[in-house]
Amino acid sequence: MSAPAPSGALAIETVGMTKRFGGFTALDDVSMKIEAGGFHALLGENGAGKSTFVKCVMGFYPPSAGSVLIDGREAEITGPKGAQARGLGMVYQHFTLVPSLTGAENLVIGRADAPAILDWTAERAALADFMARMPFRLNLDRPVAELAAGEKQKLEIVKQLYLKARFLILDEPTSVLTPTEAEEVLGLLRGMADAGALTVLMISHKFREVEAFARSLSVLRRGRLVGGGAVGALSRDDMAAMMVGERTTRTIAARIGEPDRAREILRVEGLTATDVSGLRRIDVADLRVRAHEIVGIAGVSGNGQKELADVLGGQIRATGGRVAIQGEPYGGTRAESRRHRVRFIPEEPLRNACAPRMSVAENLAFRAFDRRGDDPDGPPTLWLDRRAMSRRAKDLIARFKVKTASSEAPIATLSGGNVQRAVLARELTDPVDLLIVVNPCFGLDFAAVAEIRSRIVAARNAGAAVLLISEDLDEILELSDRICVMSDGRLVYETPAAAAEAGVIGRHMAGHH
Amino acid sequence: MAADTTAPGLPLAESDPDRPPASLQIRAWLARRTESVAIPLGAVAAGFLIFSLFLVALGKSPLAFLDLVWRGGFGSPFALQNSLQRAAPLLFAALCVALPARLGLVVIGGEGAIVLGGVAAAAAAQPLQGLSPLLAVPLMALAAVAAGAAWIGAVGALRAYRGVNETIASLLMSYIALALSNHLIEGWLRDPASLNKPSTAPIGEAFMVGALPGLDVHWGLGIGVLACLAAYALTERTTIGFAARIAGGNLRAAQIQGLPVGRLVVSFTALGGACAALAGFFEVAAVHGNANASLNAGFGYTGILVAFLARHNPLAILPVAFLLGGIEASSGLIQRRMQLPDATVLVLEGLLFLVVLVSETLYGRFKPFSPHLWAEKRRAVS
Repeated sequence: MSAPAPSGALAIETVGMTKRFGGFTALDDVSMKIEAGGFHALLGENGAGKSTFVKCVMGFYPPSAGSVLIDGREAEITGPKGAQARGLGMVYQHFTLVPSLTGAENLVIGRADAPAILDWTAERAALADFMARMPFRLNLDRPVAELAAGEKQKLEIVKQLYLKARFLILDEPTSVLTPTEAEEVLGLLRGMADAGALTVLMISHKFREVEAFARSLSVLRRGRLVGGGAVGALSRDDMAAMMVGERTTRTIAARIGEPDRAREILRVEGLTATDVSGLRRIDVADLRVRAHEIVGIAGVSGNGQKELADVLGGQIRATGGRVAIQGEPYGGTRAESRRHRVRFIPEEPLRNACAPRMSVAENLAFRAFDRRGDDPDGPPTLWLDRRAMSRRAKDLIARFKVKTASSEAPIATLSGGNVQRAVLARELTDPVDLLIVVNPCFGLDFAAVAEIRSRIVAARNAGAAVLLISEDLDEILELSDRICVMSDGRLVYETPAAAAEAGVIGRHMAGHH
Repeated sequence: MAADTTAPGLPLAESDPDRPPASLQIRAWLARRTESVAIPLGAVAAGFLIFSLFLVALGKSPLAFLDLVWRGGFGSPFALQNSLQRAAPLLFAALCVALPARLGLVVIGGEGAIVLGGVAAAAAAQPLQGLSPLLAVPLMALAAVAAGAAWIGAVGALRAYRGVNETIASLLMSYIALALSNHLIEGWLRDPASLNKPSTAPIGEAFMVGALPGLDVHWGLGIGVLACLAAYALTERTTIGFAARIAGGNLRAAQIQGLPVGRLVVSFTALGGACAALAGFFEVAAVHGNANASLNAGFGYTGILVAFLARHNPLAILPVAFLLGGIEASSGLIQRRMQLPDATVLVLEGLLFLVVLVSETLYGRFKPFSPHLWAEKRRAVS
């Protein structure tokens, strides 16, 4: 810390930024300009390319084409260290501080030029001097683990400023904060930007935040920059429409029969639950799914869909309310799900629905191994029937076209699409009354997606009630009979699919009800 | 993956060129089964090689060492019986590790359950004096089993319902068990006649468990072999064992299938604790005749090595326990003939354990053992 480093906000511009992963274009020719001292918001759905964009700017990914200009000059950023040296900093959605160290220790060890032996008297004096210029008041002597989420977030930001960031990227900074904390933090940053000390780029899903704090915004959709401008010039409906697009290409899968009004299969009333961290709470007042019906739950990831799925799958306990299936209370035990013919297909099937090191045949047997002859309708048995297991596995592999070297190969050796086929083969081979699926097509290739969606519709056509929880709005619009939007742990909007408008749904997903 | 993207529309099942012929399927079956034997054998060889360096550094001959292990552990009927006698508690101790391992748990507190089981058996013998041994001996065994099951089952319950790490908990519970046992042996249960070595009162000649017919090895070996066979049947042949494997393979998948994961964890840990306690029971009822500090002889720790070498397969525990029993049986001979310290065998066991742990990372890495890698190669060529 000898020569005074240059200070003042940086102007950032990207030119033709493009990033391809194999054949998939995650970012397509994005040119964006953020003036020095600006506060710019980046909007878009999950998978729109926001994270890819900021990772390219920060040098985590080398862009396939395009460049970054800092203060009008082309800058090659080769990695996070290079970005730090140029005055670019990023605050992640999740905390990156060392919990057992104090705030002061976290700041000093984060510095690239920290000496091997620290002179704490000098460091403390320097820190006190630095903090005097900061807009946040923070106690740097307490271990980070003792700080509240809002204080940690402030410390993350202070750390970037301490590391001399003059351009700061915030990735959904308020997802871990209470509304009051969020307002305080963003207000202070806006103040710094207005004073010309900092340029801010904020990824956000929340229109209210964007309108209150950002000065300009850009919208990404499927890797392309689809619009933007000054905040205030665009209405919320404009922004929502840009985010979700026209969706003219949406094809409704062939549906047979109408939802059966008389047969209500799943009923959720006043359900409350909290995730392990205690940060996210859900409160689902009323959710019903009838036979012959697909109810899609749309929402930006992290708005409580995972917790709802975990409660229905028996992985976390509800703190209140009730879940009933066909009029009887449901707690997710094996006996209950057998009696009511409930099937649950979680997201990321290899991680959540399979034992990766067990064989394909064994994974296929998870549902019926405790029945005689590996037959789901058979009487219970104590003895494992390996021969029946292997016979059934070969049958399912052939019927669902699961590509595997052998039924004895570990299931982890299969491709993602084939793991999902195997899980569907296990769960959908005999009559289903309630099917709960979460992000069923995440990460799969085009052919597998079409096949898996048609299997879900086929289950509905055969009379099942289907609860589809998905972050992919296209999938929701394509498959659902009825659509609910989940935001901040609540169901905030409901519409029949026939009358659904993507823009209205998008607006509710963005927290504007 | 490759096949998916190149030919999305093709009916894959019918025109499947990858379906391996029958001969290849048999080879694949053999290969998968060879892997779990070849890798531990390789690990033992590597461990002994490193141990040889240790011997050479001390100026001793590794070959002479092997010769003494053979003579002391396996070379004569007397040596064989000695090895079998020492293998008996190892069978039980290894099951205490292998059964919870089915659920992905690493339980290392068997030593405590052994000691506690022995003390419980010796304590139960006192009020039963005068009863028929046919009734009293099973009751003593039952007391031991109950103590061990409760002790290690508590570790499982802490894991299942409170999320406490079972490895640490079992180790700490083991220390508590040792302290508790010492307290009982030196206090309430102490036989006033045991002056130099505090012990419980003798269980009495009538209650002593004898030798297997035609052998100089006590019944613990026979029951231990039966326990391993039963454990194999439970884990490999019953639906309960399969449910435990699912939970061990992926906890979330087991929960989503609605399996009673908590109950499985408590049952398998309790069963493991019961097995370990049986080792303590036989030490008291077949070897020492009372409970004292000799119970704490390290069987629980050697049992961990046995279970890991056997890859937690109850059938493989049988030969591995015999091998380790033989090495321990030859320990005295090695000390006398080679003038090596008595910790030498511990050094060998420690090295073996280290190498076995490292070898766990090798599964699925060798092409001859991994049929799915052959298929990939064929696919890439075609």
